[in-house]
Amino acid sequence: MGLQPAVQLHCNSFRSGCLLVCASATFLQHQNNFARTRFLALPYTAQQRHHHRTMSGTSTPLPAFETQVAELHGYLLKFARLQLRNDAWAEDAVSDTLLAALSKPQAFGNRSQLKTWLVGILKHKVVDALRLRSREVCQGDDSQDGNEDPLDYLGFKADGHYIEPPAEWGNPEQQASSRQFFEVLEACANQLPAVQGRLFLMREWLELSSEEICKELQLTPTNLYVQLHRARLRLRECLELNWYGRRAAKQ
Amino acid sequence: MIPLKRTCKQAAALMVAREDLALSLADRVALRLHLLICAACPRFERQILGMRNSLKQWRNYTAPD
Repeated sequence: MGLQPAVQLHCNSFRSGCLLVCASATFLQHQNNFARTRFLALPYTAQQRHHHRTMSGTSTPLPAFETQVAELHGYLLKFARLQLRNDAWAEDAVSDTLLAALSKPQAFGNRSQLKTWLVGILKHKVVDALRLRSREVCQGDDSQDGNEDPLDYLGFKADGHYIEPPAEWGNPEQQASSRQFFEVLEACANQLPAVQGRLFLMREWLELSSEEICKELQLTPTNLYVQLHRARLRLRECLELNWYGRRAAKQ
Repeated sequence: MIPLKRTCKQAAALMVAREDLALSLADRVALRLHLLICAACPRFERQILGMRNSLKQWRNYTAPD
């Protein structure tokens, strides 16, 4: 209720209305919890004064929607590269995403929500790119992958028993920050051979079904399963070496 | 009679495949039986299910600034 006069004052068009909401949201983010509570408890006249100060530029300038979106270029590029495994395709997909986002500006309560929205758009652009280049997507230099059966990483005797039973991994999120774990996970996914990596990310990041992937890329199910099987075992091996094993060594 | 015996290596292959395709009824039953009598394979199953869970959390995770 208290905000009503300020909104009317600055809301001559949709754009300025959006800027105002973004501005107050960003301001909120910059306050510590104590100040945030204070701010929310302020009477409307004080809030209005704050908006006037912000709008006339006497306090820190707050980023416009365009700036906030542009700042997330690198964040989006990381996912686009991981999925497409081709820098030029990834740059194109991110550019398309930013253009689409800027054509429909809107306000978000915080940066996480903006990121989630942009990643949602990026996923659509990335699916378009994969569809457009479906032939190239399945051609890559995966020759270093060789003929070895990745199941052998697990170590089996000739009779099909484990040489050593698999390790107990425990719950990764309880052991360290999710962020560190996810960085290792992304690095491992990035180390997969290109075609395997693309197919694996289509399953796990784009959340496409095996049937959808086969249809989009004109792959036979057998071909897809062979690649996904190898990708999953390689990823398991990489996580064991770089996360679970290292952790066990520390204990 | 459907053969229901699987080695650990075969069981591991089935658990990886299960992430991307629906196993046949015979494979599902055989895998369940194997997991009941084997000490090592349930550990591998926990790794695969742990990976499934981690990947789910990863795709829903938005890194804070």
